[in-house]
Amino acid sequence: MSQIENTNEPLIGQMPDNRGHFGVYGGKFVAETLMVPLQELQNAYDQYLTDPDFIAELDADLQNYVGRPSPLYLAEGWTRRLGGAQIYLKREDLNHTGAHKVNNTIGQALLAKRLGKTRIIAETGAGQHGVATATVAARLGLKCVVYMGAVDITRQAINVYRMKLLGAEVVSVESGSKTLKDALNEAMRDWVTNIDDTFYIIGTVAGPHPYPAMVRDFQAIIGREARQQIQQQAGRLPDALIACVGGGSNAIGLFYPFLDDKDVAVYGVEAAGDGLDSGRHAAPLCAGRPGVLHGNRTYLMEDDDGQIIETHSVSAGLDYPGVGPEHAWLKDIGRAEYVAIDDDEALQAFHDLTRIEGIIPALESSHALAYASKLAPGMDKDQIIIVNLSGRGDKDIHTVAALEGIEV
Amino acid sequence: MSRIKNCFDKLKTGNRKALIPYVTAGDPEPNVTVPLMHAMVNAGADIVELGVPFSDPMADGPVIQRAAERALEHRVSLRDVLAMVTEFRRQDSHTPVILMGYLNPVEVMGYAVFAEAAAQAGVDGVLTVDLPPEEADELVVALKSQQLDPIFLLAPTSDDERIKLICGAASGYVYYVAVKGVTGAGNLDVQAVTDKLEQIRKHTDLPVGVGFGIKDAGSAAAIAAVADAVVVGSALVQKVEQAAGQHDRINTEIAGLLMQMRAGMDA
Repeated sequence: MSQIENTNEPLIGQMPDNRGHFGVYGGKFVAETLMVPLQELQNAYDQYLTDPDFIAELDADLQNYVGRPSPLYLAEGWTRRLGGAQIYLKREDLNHTGAHKVNNTIGQALLAKRLGKTRIIAETGAGQHGVATATVAARLGLKCVVYMGAVDITRQAINVYRMKLLGAEVVSVESGSKTLKDALNEAMRDWVTNIDDTFYIIGTVAGPHPYPAMVRDFQAIIGREARQQIQQQAGRLPDALIACVGGGSNAIGLFYPFLDDKDVAVYGVEAAGDGLDSGRHAAPLCAGRPGVLHGNRTYLMEDDDGQIIETHSVSAGLDYPGVGPEHAWLKDIGRAEYVAIDDDEALQAFHDLTRIEGIIPALESSHALAYASKLAPGMDKDQIIIVNLSGRGDKDIHTVAALEGIEV
Repeated sequence: MSRIKNCFDKLKTGNRKALIPYVTAGDPEPNVTVPLMHAMVNAGADIVELGVPFSDPMADGPVIQRAAERALEHRVSLRDVLAMVTEFRRQDSHTPVILMGYLNPVEVMGYAVFAEAAAQAGVDGVLTVDLPPEEADELVVALKSQQLDPIFLLAPTSDDERIKLICGAASGYVYYVAVKGVTGAGNLDVQAVTDKLEQIRKHTDLPVGVGFGIKDAGSAAAIAAVADAVVVGSALVQKVEQAAGQHDRINTEIAGLLMQMRAGMDA
């Protein structure tokens, strides 16, 4: 934390700079064809971010369509079981479509509408972002194409069907590792080909500027609400925040409004898969190194030749070899700590929360919960942890059942 | 004088346009590439663009994606590609060689180390597809310190301001991407290309190459009438793919297409 404590400069609003850099991370690493469309997106975003009509429409949608504010829930049974800090859950699983992803797709779809775009594209891993995109596209009457890795299509069949019900075309991506990173490549290829009528809704805080900042700003409502709710319920700020990190949008959404509350510890939880030592994981911040992929400089899972390596996690939504550039920056300056939870630990937390609190969490969120169960017992009973319960686990039931040899 | 400048100067004197073929290094296997480079030069290529395989070729269509996957099955690395250029230079000291690829392999090697190794190998220019001039200062300095030309892309979406910025950073030549899309996509609109080249030339005296959508002698001739160089990639890589397994066919198939293009351009 030393670099932070030496300065009184607020962290909120400091990054990115006007070229999209978070320290040495972020930026705009794309082929020339996309540079002008990205600038147009930036201009539109800058304009509407402060436009009262846009903000009013966004707020109304978040309240009446998404169901915000999402509750902040004190998990008393689980807290008692762990015997340490009080654990509050930020219930993003209760949003319409079942995860935090919709906070961002609502915002970007409203931008698309104002830019006169008639076609929406998206990439998806677990399918949550795809569903959230297909949902807003259906509502706004926009054509929607979702790119999804062939491997993910198999393990997230329910979400694939949901997207189709919503009227989206789901394109199976057969290149590379056939997961989220390849879906993102394919969506970028679509965008560069159809830039005149197409708006690309990126689902996480990665990609070229302005996406990392824009998606963060749409997701920051999570942290703004939580900060207010915890003061109402507990009369003070929390001691720690915990969220899972794939690309990192739910995490940055929770963390960002607390960045200048220096006494609040911030933990991002990556997927350790079969274990960090196994090499089969998806933890670039814990075990990767900086490089350039998907339009930004950030920590990556890569080999000595600079090729991106395949990742592994039981959770499709965390199965990504990169991470949002703001997380890379927060790691380097020491404001956030990044840790990893393996598949078995996440599955244990999945079962624990289900049985003890009657809440079935997404496998992604289960990584954050598992870290809370490690952290809480070592803390005092009057201390407070907020865990971002970023999504519900209905979509993962087949995965969990299959791992346990049960046919559903 | 750089090989690239020398090449364009000589072509200009002869009132000819440059033919620039692209192939992915190591596709379908490493030992194919150097003989193929020589075969392309013999068939009329003026400059050779050698693709550096990358696991996530975001700007490429399916044909070149598959080429990268075939090369990566043999773990062809940036260092391997440089070794191919070294070998090529043993028999050919005049044909310019451009490396075309994505930033990350260069980033991992380190800009200064890469620039020195590339110059040593006999590379003349470097085109990193996902590196616009805004992010390129450091690499450009490293390349220029080794007398390597940074080649940049221009696109149909580039406005006057960006054309000025890009041409200011580039040397050797600039590469106009004629189609909104990925490599191997779409059909050429020659009139639109002609108009855009006019706009580009208001900002630079550098030679302007045109690529994307050039597939045969006809399209090569049409572009050669308005551009300084014709770049052909996917049409060649497709021939490599079709001949895979019969490596002796690769050189003859590709040389055949290049000779047709050359004839079309020179007619």
